[in-house]
Amino acid sequence: MKQKLVVIGAGMASGRVLERLFEAEPDAYEVTLFNAEPRGNYNRIMLSPVLSGDKTYEEIVTHDDDWYAENGVTCRFGEHVVGIDRNRKVVIGEKGEVAYDKLLLGTGSAPFIIPVPGKDLPGVITYRDLDDTEKMIEAAAKGGKAVVIGGGLLGLEAAAGLKERGMDVTVLHLMGHLMERQLDPSAGYLLRKDLEGRGITVMTQASTSAILGEDKVEAVLLEDKTVLEADLVVMAVGIRPETRLATDAALEVARGVEVNAQMITSDPDILAVGECVEFDGQLFGLVAPLYDQANVVAQTLLAEPAAFVPKELSTKLKVTGCDLFSAGDFAEGEGREDIVFRDPARGVYKRLVLEGDTLVGAVMYGDTADGSWFFGLIKDGTDISEMRETLIFGPGFQGGAQADPLAAVAALADDAEICGCNGICKGDIVAAIQDGATDLGAVRATTKASGSCGTCTGLVEQVLAVTLGDDFVMPAAQPVCGCTDLTHEDVRRLIKAQELKSMPAVWQELGWKSSDGCHVCRPALNYYLLADWPVEYIDDPQSRFINERKHANIQKDGTYSVVPRMWGGMTTPDELRAIADAAEKYNVPTVHVTGGQRIDLLGVKGEDLPDIWADLNKAGMVSGHAYSKGLRTVKTCVGKDHCRFGTQDSTGLGIQLEKALWGSWTPHKVKLAVSGCPRNCAEATCKDIGVICVDSGYQISVAGAAGMDVKETESLTDVATEKEALEIVMAMMQIYRENAKYLDRIYKWVGKVGLDWVKEQVVDDLENRAALVERFLLSQSVYQKDPWAEHVAERAETYRPIANLTLEAAE
Amino acid sequence: MSWIDIGALEEIAPRGARVVKTAFGCVAVFRTETDEVFAVSDRCPHKGGPLSDGIVHGNKVTCPLHNWVFSLETGEAQGADEGQVPTYAARVEAGRILLDATQLQARAVA
Ligand code: SRM
Ligand SMILES: Cc1cc2nc3c(=O)[nH]c(=O)nc-3n(C[C@H](O)[C@H](O)[C@H](O)COP(=O)(O)OP(=O)(O)OC[C@H]3O[C@@H](n4cnc5c(N)ncnc54)[C@H](O)[C@@H]3O)c2cc1C
Ligand code: SF4
Ligand code: FES
Repeated sequence: MKQKLVVIGAGMASGRVLERLFEAEPDAYEVTLFNAEPRGNYNRIMLSPVLSGDKTYEEIVTHDDDWYAENGVTCRFGEHVVGIDRNRKVVIGEKGEVAYDKLLLGTGSAPFIIPVPGKDLPGVITYRDLDDTEKMIEAAAKGGKAVVIGGGLLGLEAAAGLKERGMDVTVLHLMGHLMERQLDPSAGYLLRKDLEGRGITVMTQASTSAILGEDKVEAVLLEDKTVLEADLVVMAVGIRPETRLATDAALEVARGVEVNAQMITSDPDILAVGECVEFDGQLFGLVAPLYDQANVVAQTLLAEPAAFVPKELSTKLKVTGCDLFSAGDFAEGEGREDIVFRDPARGVYKRLVLEGDTLVGAVMYGDTADGSWFFGLIKDGTDISEMRETLIFGPGFQGGAQADPLAAVAALADDAEICGCNGICKGDIVAAIQDGATDLGAVRATTKASGSCGTCTGLVEQVLAVTLGDDFVMPAAQPVCGCTDLTHEDVRRLIKAQELKSMPAVWQELGWKSSDGCHVCRPALNYYLLADWPVEYIDDPQSRFINERKHANIQKDGTYSVVPRMWGGMTTPDELRAIADAAEKYNVPTVHVTGGQRIDLLGVKGEDLPDIWADLNKAGMVSGHAYSKGLRTVKTCVGKDHCRFGTQDSTGLGIQLEKALWGSWTPHKVKLAVSGCPRNCAEATCKDIGVICVDSGYQISVAGAAGMDVKETESLTDVATEKEALEIVMAMMQIYRENAKYLDRIYKWVGKVGLDWVKEQVVDDLENRAALVERFLLSQSVYQKDPWAEHVAERAETYRPIANLTLEAAE
Repeated sequence: MSWIDIGALEEIAPRGARVVKTAFGCVAVFRTETDEVFAVSDRCPHKGGPLSDGIVHGNKVTCPLHNWVFSLETGEAQGADEGQVPTYAARVEAGRILLDATQLQARAVA
């Protein structure tokens, strides 16, 4: 007699079970198949081509009515199962019960809905089945704006489909880069660039706080208060195994329905398959492992021995033109080693992760032709020691091309600006070379490129090398670090010329040799990016030296020093009292009056920092940035208010300067001083920027030093008013910020570009001066905020131990 | 091994670290760009620098005091420097960070 098999869910996994079962023993079971969707099994993964219009629903049906009829399957489509009675062994459907001998759960997953206000408004949909797809197609027919929440596989396929259908699409992603579970930041960057290239707006680190609208969706509100208009919102932030029936029936359920390797749940007559199951702590969201499970289920039902073994997975994105592949485990780990290949010109990135002599993971973008070959090596655990050197070039190319150090320059477009001072593009230089300028001097003479500040010299030489080939011998230059062949100056110019606005963009477009940089290049890149793109780039604390990450100076015993600002060296009894109180309260061992006219509390414990800052904030004090490559102090003398020789209000000007400049990040630290007369009690003539007050106004001089080198400042200009003095100083700060190499003090940098050039830009060219000031102020509008207050409010927790096991031991 | 839950992965920034206080000193728990976690002693073998305050790159960390670079996997100093920091078993499960308690206790006795 046939046994009764009831299947809940006509999905991709259970469909494969039935195929296998009928192939092996068509007469073993009499099958009843429930499906909540009002249709039978179709190829769910092909919904994206249906959405984009490349396929129709009919084309993706896997089992049609005839198939079910031939195999004697009783179909109860469009009917939810509402309960399982394990005692009576019946399944309860909306329209009646069915008895079972064996029961198979194949309920798949439910899309996760982020619990924000407005999530239930009409126009907010998820992406799981044909009905969702049809709703999207219908909405897209009206045009308008779509916001897709979630930059994973599903979200991006939805975004591409909606864009294809003419909607204006924005993707919001919570993490720093797209598809972070499958891709590393470099591949994520290239994917983003491709999507943006097709007109999709991508916002990362975007957290949705509400969906707005009266009786249908109208907009999405982000945590940072940005409002995005929306006619359609697609939520694709993840899935959750559909386990409600199993839970109600008291089967063992963790995140999914727990099964053993035979796919049997905690009830021997109930099996489960697909996305609803959890095996060995693992969930499954791609079809490959589900098909393996399905084979095991069919065998178990036929009482044959079989065991499910999870295998390595590979991922592709079904968006035409976004060629990505990832497989295996590409996380850094015990004994692992990276091989990275980047071709900026073709937009190719490949990274292989080796463990010993085997390949364990691969991420590729742009050229994924070898993906399946690598995947094979990963699955089989092939010994690759023989081909290690050339492995990254794939099976067809074991010859071994070397990464080209000039690739980044070769990849530049003709209109990429090489010489910022004179506005000379790559194309101009190439044209000059083709007209016979075959060395630096000749290029300089004909185009003026590199003839002003000279920081683009390296790039001009590289354009010569790329254009002339072997006829040009590149002078050896000092690269930033082992991750690149480019110099600091080259990198700075290329960041501007190619408008590179994120670290992965720099790594990829400039052909970085490592996957995520090192402690030498990352702080420099972080500075260059935030200085050039204050609005677009998001500062990366993890790429900063500890002092700037924790906003305090680390000491030799791992404690910190805390220095509040004292504007222009001025203080008040209240501030002094607050400092004294803080020193006592936090057992500060040393209080020192610094050479910068303020007070240093030395020896504060790292975990006390947020508390001591909160106390100092309460007394009106902010961070003195004594730890920063940024504005340090503006020293002043008492000036004409008190001193019999004082000519101007040196203290007042010093305070104004400090209030204008504080919080700005610079290539190296910047110190100023304002003295009230040429007696120069504030030592203004050995600072980065110094002001000496005289009867006729203000003498501004720059490029002094009093540290490892001692050097007198050189005159920049004399001005008559405080307002002009402020302008000149801000313009000076900005030109230094935009051009200097990371860790060059002003005097070092001016030594390279020449004071004459600086004067031209800051003093003589009034339009340029105004533009510099404007850009400085723009940057200040982003960066001039007290980091102490910010950290106290938002990240105080990170200063404390994540756990304290000494307490547990004591208990 | 007996694993103890010390917190959520999210509590450590990618390419960041937090410390765990133990009876014998601080253990630095690192999270890499690719969400691997590693636990090593928070004391640099050179002059005791707090490694948790270093810059994390790949699966290495650079000590904040004098820039020695250590492998987070083996604890070995890289390049010309010689030294070794003790490492401890750590893993992530369901978004939680787990450390091996037996290993931490073994160290406490030793
Ligand atoms: C606290 C202070 C000494 C004091 O107690 O007076 C100080 C302390 C340090 N200085 Fe300084 N400098 C201090 C005023 C100076 C001065 C005098 C001045 O600012 O007028 C100079 C010479 C002027 C100059 O900068 O050119 C000075 C030249 C340096 C240098 C050499 C810079 C150079 O380019 O030659 C360094 C090393 C560096 O920055 O790379 C340095 C580095 C340091 C560091 C940050 C060393 C480090 O990297 O850990 C010291 C931190 C100690 C700590 O744990 O807090 N410190 N340092 C002074 C803080 C001033 C303030 O209120 O912010
Ligand atoms: C748009 C899209 C694109 C995808 N692309 C890919 C891809 O490229 N590669 C890849 O490997 N995977 C992809 N996937 C994932 C893949 O589709 C799933 O892993 C797979 O469909 C899961 O199969 P399943 O049988 O477990 O569940 P499903 O296919 O979801 O089937 C479960 C069925 O059970 C029904 N059901 C649930 N509860 C009940 C109940 N109480 N009563 C009756 N019926 C019920 C549901 O209605 C559903 O029809 C994609 C998914 C989507 C949505
Ligand atoms: S002079 Fe040297 S020792 Fe003294 S504070 Fe400055 S850096 Fe430190
Ligand atoms: S203490 Fe770590 S490098 Fe010196």
